Amino acid sequence: MSTPVLEVRGLAFAYPDGHQALYGVDLHVHRGERVALLGPNGAGKTTLVLHLNGILGGGAGSVAVSGLPVTKQNVAEVRRRVGVVFQDPDDQLFMGSVHDDVAFGPANLGLRGEALERRVRDALDLVGMADFADRPPHHLSFGQRRRVAVATVLAMEPEILVLDEPSSNLDPASRRELAEILTSLDVTVLMVTHDLPYAYELCPRSVVLSDGVIVADGSTYDVLTDETLMAAHRLELPFGFDPRTVRARAAG
Amino acid sequence: MGAGHGHKLHYHGHSPVHRAPAHVKVLALLGFMLLVVATPRGWYPAYAVYLLLLVAVVAVSRVPATYLLKRMVVEVPFVVFAVLMPFIATGPRVEVLGVAVSAGGLAAAWALLAKGTLGVLASLTLAATTEPRDLLAGLERLRVPSLLVQIMGFMVRYLDVVTDEMRRMRVARESRGFNARDVRHWPVLARSAGALFIRSYERGERVHLAMLSRGYTGTMPPLHTAGHREHR
Repeated sequence: MSTPVLEVRGLAFAYPDGHQALYGVDLHVHRGERVALLGPNGAGKTTLVLHLNGILGGGAGSVAVSGLPVTKQNVAEVRRRVGVVFQDPDDQLFMGSVHDDVAFGPANLGLRGEALERRVRDALDLVGMADFADRPPHHLSFGQRRRVAVATVLAMEPEILVLDEPSSNLDPASRRELAEILTSLDVTVLMVTHDLPYAYELCPRSVVLSDGVIVADGSTYDVLTDETLMAAHRLELPFGFDPRTVRARAAG
Repeated sequence: MGAGHGHKLHYHGHSPVHRAPAHVKVLALLGFMLLVVATPRGWYPAYAVYLLLLVAVVAVSRVPATYLLKRMVVEVPFVVFAVLMPFIATGPRVEVLGVAVSAGGLAAAWALLAKGTLGVLASLTLAATTEPRDLLAGLERLRVPSLLVQIMGFMVRYLDVVTDEMRRMRVARESRGFNARDVRHWPVLARSAGALFIRSYERGERVHLAMLSRGYTGTMPPLHTAGHREHR
């Protein structure tokens, strides 16, 4: 098989206060896959995400992005390849205008002039926010800000898009719009979420992280219908949602 | 999460004053202020000229006078102080409307009031006719250290976020029956302020993480081509 976009091997990490968050995580994600990372609160999902672009490090194990190991020397290139969209768009949009926020990443990569403008335009087009380039981010709705946050990362043309709780705080229409954008993108996606219907809708494959280890890795349908597994790791389907009936409906 | 617009000072318009380059306006304000402060308090005609000049600029900018007057309330503490001065200051007394007040205090109060009012009005005019980010770009063109401009930029960006957070905390307090009526309630307010500080500090860390994730290395890269801003 080809080199995985994301290759995590035996990753273990303890915070300076002694709290151990990861106990040997192995994960492979291949090009074009959309993978959901599920798990209860405190399972280590965010810790894992921060390892993928070299914000955290120094524990045991290794992370490689398209074959490039995540190390201090490679950190700039790793951060280009791995685009992280954080949970709160107010953390991600820190400039005075949407344009400047989207330009920030590619400008850090050394792009200037027309090439930079083109990146900004293309990224905003992908999320349908091109008309808002001159607006300050805090004048946008929450759903629009989330979409701009995705654009800020897309502008760096990442090999893998990592989303932390992409559907949180979105109203149903914004949630659906974001799903449409994510499915339209030609990019590998790793999505951390508690929103199991969203995982089922967007990601054919799911990985369950619990207490710092991967406890399941398979098709999202199989994971969500494995009741013993779900109950053992505090995962619950929302009331009224059953992947079996959804699949039957989609097939019929 | 209201969509209430944060343009608390800026008044949208397309007048020549709005269109003038921000750095020119900043320099003009600075020059004007220095001139006003340096003018001896006894030169009454000079102050009249300054006021006329300001009023003319405001008229050209087409910012409604009421818009500026409402925002001049920030000056109130100075006005109170200025009004007190003639009564508090010592020295020879003069009669004003049948009340004996200090002559020196009266002159000082006039100077404070005149200079303060001109300064506030001039600053408000600049704020009303210049978008915050254009102002920042203007400061950058004036070679203000880029770190300072960046800090100011973050302040502009997060002011609304933090005030919104503050508002939500107040609503949550009041929803649980709290009402700051007297001094005994101050510790609660102090704790809220502390919590707000911690939250803002943590947000700062998260913003920094987000910046690092997009390849920030410590200096702000140039984000604009020459032509981008002009079409607005």
